Amino acid sequence: MEPIIIEGTPKTPSVKFDASEGIFEIRGRSIPENSVEFYKPLNEWLDNYMQVPLDKTVVNIRLEYFNTSSSKCILDVFKRLEAIHKSKHDVEINWFYEEDDEDMLEAGEDYDSIIKVPFKMIEIVE
Amino acid sequence: MSFDLENLVSDLDIRGAVLYFKGNVDSEIINKALDLVEGKLLATRETPRIRKKVYNVLVESLQNLYHHADLVPRGYHASRSDRYGLVVMEKLGKGYRVTTCNFVSAVHVRELEEKLTRINRSSPEEIKELYKEILNHQEITEKGLGGLGLLDIARKTGHRIDFRFRKYDNQNTAFRLTALVATE
Repeated sequence: MEPIIIEGTPKTPSVKFDASEGIFEIRGRSIPENSVEFYKPLNEWLDNYMQVPLDKTVVNIRLEYFNTSSSKCILDVFKRLEAIHKSKHDVEINWFYEEDDEDMLEAGEDYDSIIKVPFKMIEIVE
Repeated sequence: MSFDLENLVSDLDIRGAVLYFKGNVDSEIINKALDLVEGKLLATRETPRIRKKVYNVLVESLQNLYHHADLVPRGYHASRSDRYGLVVMEKLGKGYRVTTCNFVSAVHVRELEEKLTRINRSSPEEIKELYKEILNHQEITEKGLGGLGLLDIARKTGHRIDFRFRKYDNQNTAFRLTALVATE
């Protein structure tokens, strides 16, 4: 599978999904008006990856801001990861949040309570 | 004098505002507004926590206008705008106040009023649970997720959302929404 590599913009995150390593990363800001348009190719790529996932998949989410329109799209990404986890493959989601950013920590906890995948909350200390 | 959305914010300090805009709220205007406010916030002594909250509330407020402002009534001076709205962000002693105004079709007023009243009556824990419920179970539409933006504003500010309606004509109502990010 070809990896997905997308450069970040002021409104959309950088993305690196590499099936050969099983390491996926979404980083930066996710505040576009139309999030579905941005996330659709990522979820389609994951649909293919789900057919032949690696034994272990590690997902790093390191967002500075995200809007409510992105929140549903990110959940859709996590639901695909949950399906991989249910098919007896290791999946680990690392949710990074900056020191004192209680809103980002809470957002991670929301997903952790919805998605049945091991979630690690990682505080970034500047 | 004929009605203007500005009439709804006559009690606010528009001239001293951190941000003021009235017109068509398109993607480019949102970018410019966010850039401007981010630059101004960085020049303050606010903590990263407060800067992020203010920025987030502004994003949701502007995108609420972008996704949910109804058509401008016929006869209003800016009736050609697709997404007409007004936004004011003020720095007060107690925090940052973000106010938006737009037109709402009269048929949507009751639903919007009920949604906001429900949010304002809910505890922080209830708001959190409602947010997760909508996030997990509602399909996303072209207009985003119904009410999630308002819930997010309520969650991030921890304050009740102030709102008011003013009838424009039988089909249209002017709507004002105000959120406060407290710095104290």
